[in-house]
Amino acid sequence: MNKVSKFLKPFTLPIIVVVILMFFQSLSELYLPKLMSDIVDYGIAQDDIGYILKVGGIMLLVAAIATLLTVGASYLSSKVASGFGRDLREEVFSHVENLSIEKFNEIGTSSLITRTTNDIDQIQQVLTISMRMMLRAPMMAIGGIVMAVSKDARLSMILLVAIPVVVLVIFLIARKGIPLFNLIQEKLDNLNLVLRESLSGIRVIRAFNQEDYEEERFDRVSTDLKDISVRANKIVGALMPAMMLLLNLTAISVIWFGGVRIQSGNMQVGDLMAFIQYVMQIMFSLVMMSMMFVMIPRAMVSVRRVNEVLEKLNEINDPINIKDDPRTDSNKGQVEFRDVTFRYQGAQDPVICNISFTAKPGETTAIIGGTGSGKTTLINMIPRFFDVTEGEVLVGGVNVKDIKQEDLRAKIGFVPQKTVLFSGTVAENIRYGKEDASDEEVRRAAHIAQASNFISNMKDGFDSRIAQGGTNISGGQNQRLSIARALVRKPEVYIFDDSFSALDFKTDGKLREALKEETKDSAMIIVAQRVATVMDAEQILVLHEGKIVGKGRHKELLESCKVYEEIVYSQLSKEEAS
Amino acid sequence: MSQQKNKGPRGGMGRGPAMGAPTEKAKDFKGTLKRLMSYLKPQRFKIISVVFMAILSTLFTVITPVVIGLIITSLHEDVKAGLNSPAGIVVNFTYIAKVLVLLTILYILGSLFNYFQQIIMSSVTQETVYDLRKSTNEKLSRLPLKYFDSRTHGEILSRVTNDIDTISRTLQQSVTQLISSLLTLIGVVIMMLIISPVMTLILVITLPLSIFITKNIAKKSQMFFADQQRALGNLNGHVEEMYTGHQVIKAFGYEDRSIEEFSNINADLYDAGWKAQFVSGIIMPLMNFVSNIGYVFVSVVGGIFVIRGVVTLGNIQAFIQYARQFTQPIVQVANIANIIQATIASAERVFEVLDEEEEIPDIENPKILENPQGNVKFDHVKFGYEPDNILMDDMCIDVKKGQMVAIVGPTGAGKTTLVNLLMRFYEINGGAITIDGVNITDLKREDLRSIFGMVLQNTWLFNGTIKENIVYGNNKASETEIISAAKAARVDNFIRMLPEGYDTVLNEEASNISQGQKQLITIARAILADPAVLILDEATSSVDTRTEIYIQKAMEELMKNRTSFVIAHRLSTIRDADMILVMKDGDIIEKGNHDELMEQKGFYEDLYNSQFAANKAI
Repeated sequence: MNKVSKFLKPFTLPIIVVVILMFFQSLSELYLPKLMSDIVDYGIAQDDIGYILKVGGIMLLVAAIATLLTVGASYLSSKVASGFGRDLREEVFSHVENLSIEKFNEIGTSSLITRTTNDIDQIQQVLTISMRMMLRAPMMAIGGIVMAVSKDARLSMILLVAIPVVVLVIFLIARKGIPLFNLIQEKLDNLNLVLRESLSGIRVIRAFNQEDYEEERFDRVSTDLKDISVRANKIVGALMPAMMLLLNLTAISVIWFGGVRIQSGNMQVGDLMAFIQYVMQIMFSLVMMSMMFVMIPRAMVSVRRVNEVLEKLNEINDPINIKDDPRTDSNKGQVEFRDVTFRYQGAQDPVICNISFTAKPGETTAIIGGTGSGKTTLINMIPRFFDVTEGEVLVGGVNVKDIKQEDLRAKIGFVPQKTVLFSGTVAENIRYGKEDASDEEVRRAAHIAQASNFISNMKDGFDSRIAQGGTNISGGQNQRLSIARALVRKPEVYIFDDSFSALDFKTDGKLREALKEETKDSAMIIVAQRVATVMDAEQILVLHEGKIVGKGRHKELLESCKVYEEIVYSQLSKEEAS
Repeated sequence: MSQQKNKGPRGGMGRGPAMGAPTEKAKDFKGTLKRLMSYLKPQRFKIISVVFMAILSTLFTVITPVVIGLIITSLHEDVKAGLNSPAGIVVNFTYIAKVLVLLTILYILGSLFNYFQQIIMSSVTQETVYDLRKSTNEKLSRLPLKYFDSRTHGEILSRVTNDIDTISRTLQQSVTQLISSLLTLIGVVIMMLIISPVMTLILVITLPLSIFITKNIAKKSQMFFADQQRALGNLNGHVEEMYTGHQVIKAFGYEDRSIEEFSNINADLYDAGWKAQFVSGIIMPLMNFVSNIGYVFVSVVGGIFVIRGVVTLGNIQAFIQYARQFTQPIVQVANIANIIQATIASAERVFEVLDEEEEIPDIENPKILENPQGNVKFDHVKFGYEPDNILMDDMCIDVKKGQMVAIVGPTGAGKTTLVNLLMRFYEINGGAITIDGVNITDLKREDLRSIFGMVLQNTWLFNGTIKENIVYGNNKASETEIISAAKAARVDNFIRMLPEGYDTVLNEEASNISQGQKQLITIARAILADPAVLILDEATSSVDTRTEIYIQKAMEELMKNRTSFVIAHRLSTIRDADMILVMKDGDIIEKGNHDELMEQKGFYEDLYNSQFAANKAI
């Protein structure tokens, strides 16, 4: 049915062994009352102390065996549950790592994180508990029924009444209780939401003097939560008392009808004592099994979520026959779009439409346009994060679909819009671009990216630690390191996706000047919001609603392109623009 | 999602830490417990009735085995008599029936008391926790912004939700369980002593054995649990980091290395995980074994005692049941002790919030500005976020009614500091800030803040309708006022295009409208509030050009005839400003208008020219 359960398959044998061990364990556990009844019926009845001692010895032995069986089962089930978790985690992680950006974004980063960590933990924990208790409960119930029937089949008829009643009560309570518990969760989420909002908006709330209003909102959800919780507990709180009552009433009928059986000479007193214990055992295991109703649905939610991840298929694959690289030097460092159109799967309208342009080495191609104009989508086709729907993208004269993704991306220095640094030293982060870069290369890249200054101001220079996500340095510093990371590759193509936004004007200018020197043989493609950043580009592409509405230099576009003019004058005065 | 990580040993499956898992310890157990108790005080009558019912229901559970024992003994006697009588076995059913009726009554009462006890406890818990939530939330609204700036939202959230949730669950389940476990233990021991002190002694001897086993194994398993926790932390960290950087990983071809590292951590996790699972998993079977040893001893010795006539058979049956009940409450009490410890640690974290230093209260006889004009003056202001790290020393500015002040400077220069001081989100360390000649500390905060209107880059809209969000600026506004504010903010047209219009509910992250539209709505909110002084943040990254033009026009509209402080990103704004404040490293390093500052040839001139250094190359 799903891709998650198949991860249990390698563990079939150990699971079977666990079931067998548990079965024998529950039998031996049930055998104890039987031995005890022997003490009563034969030892006590015949005043045979020797017999009592002998049976006592056997009981000890049985108890020891039962313990050994449990320990064995526990050993195996720990290994199975942990092994299953490990395999599943490994598969999900490597699956996600190889997922294309489009498929990755369909689920989203934070959701994928939860699915790989919490959801798998959840499944593993439920598996552990199932192996430890759920498997044991049915075994106990079956074993108990076997023993009870073998002791006195007619008296066991009581179970025919008792078991359905217990199951019915559990069912009724669960049916009323579970929706209430879901409701509690919902109210709890509400509370969280209100609180999170009042934290993130604290300045606004105080600025507008709305503390009372916010308190009222909080109080409303808090009261809701309280009321639902009380209601839920009224129902679920009945479960244990009801179960205990049913259990005890069953015991009472066993005693009564057992008395009848004893009178007719069909049963002995010791048997009755053992029988009571079997019945208790069976009823308890039923209660234990009822916990499955709570746990299994919870695990199923996680299973479904993980399954969704595994079902995402990668449609961007390396070509089967890799062509010999026909690239000639004349095409090196050149990016060409030939009539490219892209639309998301199932979407009606294309995100970008009939785009053609060539970015030549040594030149800067700038892309400007409003949000939603398709800028980011466009550049994401170059490293083949997305595949074109129509047309083709060529890097160095070769269609990106005809070379291995790894080789393609090795040619590209990519600086993403949202800078991502990893925990590690400054140098390690820069080396991310080129694993075997020398210290000199690292230093040079940092220098061009205008990062040397602040790096040398840090306590350990290039060996200073960067926290996860680069949270211990400023946004501008993050961007500069992320640029250095791309520079150290010495790629044929540079892509900057709005990568100068957090830099002040001065650093922005200096950086672009330094880049000019460095990128003589490479195509430079810049996506930007700031007009000042793109003004001096050799080629500016103005994107509007997925189409190129202007192509040329700054001055030409000012005269010919309405959209460009609008953008420019929203940022600069007339005199500054010319 | 980030608040989901680092949940530590809490928040796992269902209830409390697994056996042998490490528990968090409170710093001041006694004090915190006492304080938590004080929250229960209003509920004391309910609690007393819960204890009373717990005593009764436990009492019934404890005596029933003896009652069943009476029947067994009677049956045993009847069978014995029957062996020597020609009539065969004659069971005394009248006697049994009487006892069974008594038993049924006891059981029903026991279950009823148990149920009522749970219901009452649930109301006690919910009321207490509700109060706790309320006082924590109210406390949060009295804390200075300093508190929030130095903590993550996740951390604060976790105290108000997770920690209080832990307290709630413990009150609901563990407290009654603790009471009944202790009572059961006492009752069982008494009953066993009555039946046979010798057999009780035999049973008690097995006790040190259980304690010995549990202690030793728990120590080992705690070690493995700690390893597991560490590995899990590493793994979650790696996953978070790699997924967040997915695009970069792909761009630089790091998939394989990332997977390899994951495999290593995952192998560690497996290793520590199964060991922790296994070792903690054998505590129960071993305890069970010890309890079975006791059971065997009791059966054997009991059998011999019955033969010798020291005890009746029914009492042996009862004793065996007691013996089974004997270890259970001990284990439970040990478990609950751990849970309570974790709960007290949670309570301590909640109380820490309640003990935080509050904002300086408003002065007793505040002045009132009837008709604020918007003359703002900084008079020798001295300020630092930390008292021993003064950023601003002796700052003087004088802004007249209707002037525009532009604040410029590189990122991280502390441009929001001015906002913080004006609104009195932070207290200054020296000097004074006055509005129309009145020191802001002489005003009620509420009155002070109503003088200002604020539009920040980080637009904040809450989960509610668009109308509710706009009206946030002025609760008393009429429908027409709302619409004319929206019109002035140039967002009316857009709102009308939405299927629900002004009643459109903005979702949690307000992701159903664009960033630019959000900004326009916050501008409408500020327009409706009609403040004397405006604080604006011009940054409009991630807004498309057309919307940006709208925003600019709306802001111009808003600034007419008002004093305004603008965190400026547009050169045109800067050049038109009456006063430019150049900020760097938290301090104002230069001030004046454009021409004056260019003349100074300082930081501003540098900043201004660098912008055009590149442009001149055209």
